[in-house]
Amino acid sequence: MPWVTRGLRNGVLTTPYPKRPDDYGATWRGAVSVVPGAAADTHEAEMLCPTGAISHGPSGAVALDRGKCILCGRCVSQRPELFRFESSPEVASLARPALVVPATEQSEAAVAAARAELSRRVRTLKRSVHVRHVDAGSDGSEEWEIAALLGPVYDVHRLGIFFTASPRHADLLMVTGAGSAGMTGPLLSTYAAMPDPRVVVAVGTDAISGGAVTPSYATRGGVGGTLPVDVWVPGSPPSPFSILHGILLAVGLLPGGDA
Amino acid sequence: MTANAPVTGARQWDETDVARQEFTSRVVSAVSAPVPGPTGGTAGGRFAGLFGSARRDGSVTLRAAIAHLGRLEVLSCLVAPGPGHAGTAYPALAPQVAGATWYERELADMFGLVPEGHPRVDPLVLPRDQHTPPPCPGRGGPLGEIVPDDSALPAHVSGVGIFTLPYGPVRSGVFESVQYLIETPGEDIPHVRARVYHKHRGTERRFEAMSPTDGVLLAERTEGVASVAHAMAFCQALEAVTSGQGEAGAAAVPEGALLVRALHAELERIANHLDSTIRHTEAAGQAVANARLAWHKERVMRLRANLCGHRFGRGVVVPGGVSGPPAMAPGAAASELARLEADVRADAHHLMTTSSFLDRLRGTGVITPEVAAQRGALGPVGRASGSLEDLRAHRPYGAYRLIELPAHRYGDAGDALARQLVRLEEVWGSFQLCRLVLERLAEGPADRPWAVDVAPADSVAWGWAEAPQGELLYLVETEGGRLRRVKARSASFHNLSIFPEAFGGDIFTDFAFIEASFGLSIAGVAG
Repeated sequence: MPWVTRGLRNGVLTTPYPKRPDDYGATWRGAVSVVPGAAADTHEAEMLCPTGAISHGPSGAVALDRGKCILCGRCVSQRPELFRFESSPEVASLARPALVVPATEQSEAAVAAARAELSRRVRTLKRSVHVRHVDAGSDGSEEWEIAALLGPVYDVHRLGIFFTASPRHADLLMVTGAGSAGMTGPLLSTYAAMPDPRVVVAVGTDAISGGAVTPSYATRGGVGGTLPVDVWVPGSPPSPFSILHGILLAVGLLPGGDA
Repeated sequence: MTANAPVTGARQWDETDVARQEFTSRVVSAVSAPVPGPTGGTAGGRFAGLFGSARRDGSVTLRAAIAHLGRLEVLSCLVAPGPGHAGTAYPALAPQVAGATWYERELADMFGLVPEGHPRVDPLVLPRDQHTPPPCPGRGGPLGEIVPDDSALPAHVSGVGIFTLPYGPVRSGVFESVQYLIETPGEDIPHVRARVYHKHRGTERRFEAMSPTDGVLLAERTEGVASVAHAMAFCQALEAVTSGQGEAGAAAVPEGALLVRALHAELERIANHLDSTIRHTEAAGQAVANARLAWHKERVMRLRANLCGHRFGRGVVVPGGVSGPPAMAPGAAASELARLEADVRADAHHLMTTSSFLDRLRGTGVITPEVAAQRGALGPVGRASGSLEDLRAHRPYGAYRLIELPAHRYGDAGDALARQLVRLEEVWGSFQLCRLVLERLAEGPADRPWAVDVAPADSVAWGWAEAPQGELLYLVETEGGRLRRVKARSASFHNLSIFPEAFGGDIFTDFAFIEASFGLSIAGVAG
């Protein structure tokens, strides 16, 4: 019996998230934002980014694509007047264009349209969702962060989220990795084996754009060209809070019904 | 040594050019030459890898790395293009050097080289159809998409009543993609083969023409769970060929930077070893131990994030030093570590006296000391089978030249239990090292330097680190201040080639333990 008392020793360790914000999640880098109102010599800022995430719009304003950002922080340290870290882990988005900050009218409209379509599709998944994970060429770190969701600190079972071995039982396909050519077939087979309604979540900057490993002869710049992705979770890798936020966003379980 | 004295690694490798015809015999004699072994007796050099590097004219430089106590011996030869078959052929090492088999398969995939006399040159990281040219890392120039061709793989089963059970690449659970071909008559596992090419990302070509500061970001993502070790090995190679005020005229990386690197490297080791233990408890159905250890691992990840802003320590190591001082006061970090260590020790002690857990590990997946020595098993896998080698002690680098390593006691039973015990020993050692490093960091002034400029000369450089998985080797070639060719040889690659040897009398339900006890990352294997 000693394991039983050991298990009770430290009380409840589980995060209050998503009911209440968890302060701990704010101690590490969630995403990079563009400082509002910053004017710039954008070409120089563009050259800073090793993955080409920084660009400028027609009006000359700086934009940063979180779907390409690997959070190396070079822009933040060298041009703090233009870029800053956001500590909020809630960085997932329902539309690829909305990962580009600052948001535009078009990207907000894309999110609204995606939200309307997705909320019809996932209505039946709100009580419980079963997740199947597939690695399509990750660096191995995303798997750690996803596995952490099953531990006592994040404990996603309390939210009705379960991981399943069989795609036949899965509602949600969670894909990591830059989209290696060798995983395209297995990825499509897994998706095809899932019953409707099904949702696809791309976890990590690699899965969104290929991140630091793209362009490459062996990857396809993320998984968006292979599968119809519903939720995009940037990060290199995204923290467990960010991944959890992505799942909740997908199935409409965020407080306030934000899906 | 004063707190601010510059320290760096003296060059601990030497490279010798040999003729193509002599290459194999020179490697064989270097591997069998008697030199003092770590135990005080004599041992041959350890075959540590075979590296290819293409040039623009299509020729390929082959480099064999042989590890000796205190230095890395490199033998190189040029395989020049010529008409037909002869241009890409060289006498295979595999028939005489047991550890070379996988390396030669990888070279055949990546460069189209033909190892003459190799027993089985099956595709490993990139099966190609015969019309697709190899990617030839180092050659430069454009390259179209290469889709792995399954039909280039052989179908092979031997024995009466044996069938092949393919397990993967999509596995049951949250795992990296890998396919194990389990050849079995039903319950026993007489033979296992690993297929890793599904995850091949072409990272080696991606390094080409990058600046050193961009290169370290890709090195961190080559094997994500060992980001710090990869960044260190990569940067140490560049620092060794940058002229400066350090030892042997190399870059003088500030002592504070070396200490911060070691701190993150040891936290990375703790996290990886806990991860392996967590997988053991999961496979054994030890639910409470599993939850407790998962909590402790999460605390390690959060401590790493509090120290640098990233849960995997990315962005800490930069060429020439570190990006800055720890974001947490050394004293605060030390007290959090002390609390953590006390909790891990209590739970580990309890786990290692739970007989239903130990029964699953004992005698499971044995790598005998003979096999480990012959194949050059690395890291905890080697150390559980009689090897004492640890680069931190035997080819010391960075802060490990300044601080004393804790003495470890290792067994040589070679089973999953022995590997588990080695990992726990190393976890205690890492806690001790973190404590020593934090004490030294607290002594130094806050405004001490954290990095020097790195401008590598046009050269071929080697860097290494003792990653949680074992010896990590980096070959870094630079040209005009940029990277020309980078090859990371992870311990995962080398040890996965030994993995099939662990299946002696084991059955299906032992598989999860054997895999977890090896603690490998497929990203580091597939490239």
